[in-house]
Parts: sequence; structure tokens; C-alpha cells
Amino acid sequence: MGKIRVLVGKPGLDGHDRGAKVVARALRDAGMEVIYTGIRQTPEDIVNTALEEDVNVIGLSILSGAHMKLCEKILNLLKEKNAQIPVFLGGIIPEDDIPELKKMGISEVFGPGTSLEKITSKVKEIAGDN
Amino acid sequence: MFKEDKLNEISNKKKQWEESTLKKAIEKFPERKESFKTTYNEELKRVYTPEDIKNIDYLEDIGFPGEYPYTRGVQPTMYRGRFWTMRQYAGFATAEESNKRYKYLLEQGQTGLSVAFDLPTQIGYDSDHSMSEGEVGKVGVAIDSLKDMEILFDGIPLDKVSVSMTINSTASILLSMLIAVAEKQGVSQDKLRGTIQNDILKEYIARGTYVLPPEPSMKIIVDIFEYGSKNLPKFNLISISGYHIREAGANAVQEVAFTLADGIAYVEAAIKAGLDPNVFGKNLSFFFNAHNNFIEEIAKFRAARKLWAKIMRNRFNVTNPNALKLKFHTQTAGSTLTAQQPLNNIIRVTIQALSAVLGGTQSLHTNSYDEALGLPTELSATIALRTQQIIAYESGVTETIDPFAGSYVIEALTKDIEEKAMNYIDKIEKMGGMVRAIEDGYVQKEILNSAYESQLAVENNEQIIVGLNKFTIEEEQKSGSILKVDPEVEERQKQKLKELRKERNNELVKKNLLKLRNAAENNENLMPFILEAVKSYATLGEITDVLREVYGEYHEAVIL
Repeated sequence: MGKIRVLVGKPGLDGHDRGAKVVARALRDAGMEVIYTGIRQTPEDIVNTALEEDVNVIGLSILSGAHMKLCEKILNLLKEKNAQIPVFLGGIIPEDDIPELKKMGISEVFGPGTSLEKITSKVKEIAGDN
Repeated sequence: MFKEDKLNEISNKKKQWEESTLKKAIEKFPERKESFKTTYNEELKRVYTPEDIKNIDYLEDIGFPGEYPYTRGVQPTMYRGRFWTMRQYAGFATAEESNKRYKYLLEQGQTGLSVAFDLPTQIGYDSDHSMSEGEVGKVGVAIDSLKDMEILFDGIPLDKVSVSMTINSTASILLSMLIAVAEKQGVSQDKLRGTIQNDILKEYIARGTYVLPPEPSMKIIVDIFEYGSKNLPKFNLISISGYHIREAGANAVQEVAFTLADGIAYVEAAIKAGLDPNVFGKNLSFFFNAHNNFIEEIAKFRAARKLWAKIMRNRFNVTNPNALKLKFHTQTAGSTLTAQQPLNNIIRVTIQALSAVLGGTQSLHTNSYDEALGLPTELSATIALRTQQIIAYESGVTETIDPFAGSYVIEALTKDIEEKAMNYIDKIEKMGGMVRAIEDGYVQKEILNSAYESQLAVENNEQIIVGLNKFTIEEEQKSGSILKVDPEVEERQKQKLKELRKERNNELVKKNLLKLRNAAENNENLMPFILEAVKSYATLGEITDVLREVYGEYHEAVIL
């Protein structure tokens, strides 16, 4: 497999992009190709970009509490388009929501304080599984 | 502050100390680290002495509280006269629920309100807009029209309680709603006290809730200044915010530099529109972050105050003392709170809040310990407020003004931060000013570099975060008591909107929106037109749409 291609996206209206940008840089420094969408993307924008850019994995960052709805929409859109791209999630995600998110099809949830090292190695693993 | 011969004596004695006492000690017990640094990567000395402040002139650089350059504070008596305003940022779900929380906080001794709006309200979407899906009532209260605002302040006397509203791109609309509610309560505009954040530049830099491009955004801000300096004399018409810049990863120097550079841009825009900085200057306020590094933070606040007074006097020829004073609100640093061992955050918040008080803040929000997990509960919000009350009433630091003044290290760092921030400001000036520097992505890139470096420092254990990369424990999952917003909120809010659109005089709304459009197209002051539209119950989304259509929308250039 060549370079892993990752889309880092911020769906919804939340503008806190420090985490997304820092993670995007770390993934790039770990040798991956990173496409960062910028803030305020609709689920459609994210899925379309992911398909256009032919990425191996999608990372979402959401801190506003809108993660359940947004993740569901994105995963449904991916299913509709028959795209088998694994999706991971970072941000302020209450512990209680994680089992449901995983059931929905989110591969991994990274909470505050997760090390960049852990994120990059996990992303490699998720992308490799694909 | 010391005589030449005394300084020489100290210098010689220091050399002796280094060669004898210190050397022996270090041989036996090496220091913990090779080098000790400030957050802005400057070498921190082992020990500061009078030598380090030899170029500081007491009367010129430090002076007295309430006098230029205001290093020791903007009021002559500071907290001996009156404590800072204890203003907790709160708001969630609907206007009804937030109204209850405000009344609770006021009963607990909070002295001002600070309203958190949800993201659709901040970005000018009604609750039934497709972009609002999943976001309604989440990070703040949902306000679609004057009707919601009437409920939000129901039973809260707006002539007695000062209201701060964290709102930027839609500030003109929310301020109009506040004015309209006050009028309904029988409170005239000139009695209203409070602050609107209204700082669009930091939205492009760090926070992301912009709507329009910089130019029309600046025009509307100047409209607010013009309208407000005539009609709202007791209101802070902007809160120029370093808080979000710091949260996005900036260090202390960058926080001061970029915030004051934003301030300069606003003052310039207002002067260009014919306003007098001696008049509107007193309605400016600032908003800073209180981060972890206690000593550096105290110095930062003092440096910012001094630097702003100098800029206003030397650059804009301001002579009115009230327009020279940098008044500021502080919030403790949300980004320093850990999801791991969350009770530790109470201690972090205490240290940070103490630095803000020792730095001379006018208003303070202390974060709740559970904010890395979700929205604060009533209990965690109460503890956060109690933290301020304990500092105010029990710690003793409020009994004498600026107690750390004269400390060698505090004065040396105050000067250092002032100088380094000024270097940044000069650099931005050469680039063509702050709006230009933001459009070029320069500021964003500087901040991201600092954010990435500080994250790497944590990863490499150069920076210790207790409970995160040292002293860790296996923890039970801990989100049991987190406040969750009922998904029903979104549906209820949509229903309310539907009813509003049926009940109101739609012809009048249409007419008022058209008048607003004409005013925008003819470059008039928009405030009176927005106020009229608001009073006829035009929604926030409808008003913002008019502005979007006339001025276009801003899309950031993505910078990594």
C-alpha cells in the first residue's frame, strides 16, 4: 500500500479547529497525505471530498455536541454511495455516547488528552484494515 | 530604580554566588532541566535581581493605580473599592431553561450575566435551517427572535444586572434584541450596562463563527460603535478577545500582540469613519485568557494594560484617561482542563483565576471542572463561582493593590512581554495591518505553530500535565453527571418559530427587511434598521440573510 490518504474534516458549525489542525499536522508528519477540509462542512461536503480525493480513512472533529446526528448522516451517506471508508472521531464526546457511535460504525473515538502518537498509530491500523 | 554603584555591587555579588554557593549546589544536585523557558520560548533566568529591572523607571513604567500607564490597574482603589464582576458564562437549550439558570446563578451571588449562544445563533441561522441540525441549544441558548430574548430575560431587571453577550458576527442583531427587551421592561438604552463581544477579527483568526467578509464586518462594528457611543454610554461595545487566540494555541506574547493588533484595526476603522477615539475609546473592552503559568500570566495582564495605554496615547493621540485604560474580562483556560482526573481542574482554575485577580481583571469567569467532558452541571458551575468568592473574600490578595509589583521577575517579564508583543505589532504593521495579516494567513499560521509545538512538548514529557502524562491512574468512566441537552429542544424551537411566523405581521417584517437591504446597499448605519426589524419580530436568520445577500459570505483559506 502507498501513502495513506486521510481526510480530516470538521462537520457542523463548531469552529474550534485547534485539535483538528494539530492532528492533521501530526498525521502528515507521520508520513500520511492529509486533506483538511476547514470548518463548517456539511456531511455531504465531507463525503464528496472523501470520494473525490480517494482517501483511505476519514477523521472527524466535533466539539459542539452535535456528533450523534452528524456522524449518523455521514455514515449513511457513505453507505448510500457504497464507500467503505473507515471513520474515526475526535472531540468532546461523552463516554456514554461511544458505544452507540461504534455501533453506528465509527471505528474509533479519541477524547481530549489522547496523544498524537496514539492517534497516528491507530489511524495507520484503521487504514491498514481497510 | 537602583543606583549605579549598588547595581555593580549586586552584579559582583551575583558572580561570586554563582561561582561558589551555586556551583557547589549544582554539582551535588543538578537542576531538573537543562533550560527553563517561558511559554513564548524565552529563557527564564534562575534568579532575578535588581539588575534585571535596572532599565525600568518606576514612575514611567509602573506608576500608580488609576494613572497612566495603568500598569498597576485601571482604578485607583481596585478591589479595595469593589471586587471584579463575577460573571459566569452560561446558557444552554432554550430561553426558558437558560433563564432559570441565570436566576439560580444570581441567587448564588453572581454579579453579572454572561450569555452563551448556540452556534446557529452565533452564525445567523434560524433553528429550522438545515445547517442548524443537531446544533440547536447545544453550546448555548438558541435565540431566533425577540420573542426568545423576552423569555431569556424575563424577571431579570436589565437596569440592575449587567449583561455580557458572547456574540460576534450577529452582535448587531442580538444587541438590538437586548435594547428592545429593555425598552419593554421600561429601561431606556442609556441605563443598559454590559458588553457585547463583537470582535470579528478573532473569529477569522481563531474561533470560526464569521459570516461576512472582513470589510463589511468591520463596517457593521463601526456602525455599532457610532450608534452605541451616542445611545449606550454605559455599554462596552466590543470585547477585543485574546481568549480564543490563546485557546487556539497562541503563547502569552502572541495573545497580547494579536489582541492589541486587532484593537488597533478597530480603532483605525472607527477613526476612518469619523469617530473620535477619545469618545468611543472608553467603550472598548478586552478579554484575556488566564493560563497555567502563574507568574507569566500576571506579567501578561500588566504588560497588555501598559502597552494599550501607550498605543492609544502615542499612536491615536488619545488624552481622555477613560479611553486609555485597558479594562478586561478574563476567563480561565478551558484548553488546560483535562478529562483525566477532572477534579484536578478545580485547582488549575484556582491558580489561573488568582493570576487574573493579581493581574487586575475587571470581570472573571472561572471554568467548571467538568468542561473537558461536556456542559457544566449546576454543581460544577457553583464550585467554579465559589472559587472566585474564596479568592475575593478569603485569600487576602484583594486587600492591597497589585501586590506583586516590584517583584524582580514580574517586572522583568512585564517589560519583556510588552517589548516582544510590540515587535509582533510592528511586524504586522509592515505587512499592511491586521486585516491583511489575517487574510494572508500569517496570524493563523503563527498560532498553529505554537499549538503544535506545545502539543509535542506534552508528548515528549517536556511539559508535564498532572494526571495526563504523569501521575496517571486508571479511572472509572466519569460522564454520569454530565449535563445533556434534550434532543427535544430542537423540535420545540422549530415549533416556536413556526408559530411566530404565523402570528407576527409578516407584511411589516418584509417591509423592514427591505429597508435594511436598502440601507446596506447605500452604506448607511445599519443599527436603526436592524433594531426596527428586530422589533417587528424578524428572525435572526432573516436579518442575517439580508446581509449575506448584500455583502457575500466569507470562506477561509485553509491553512495547515
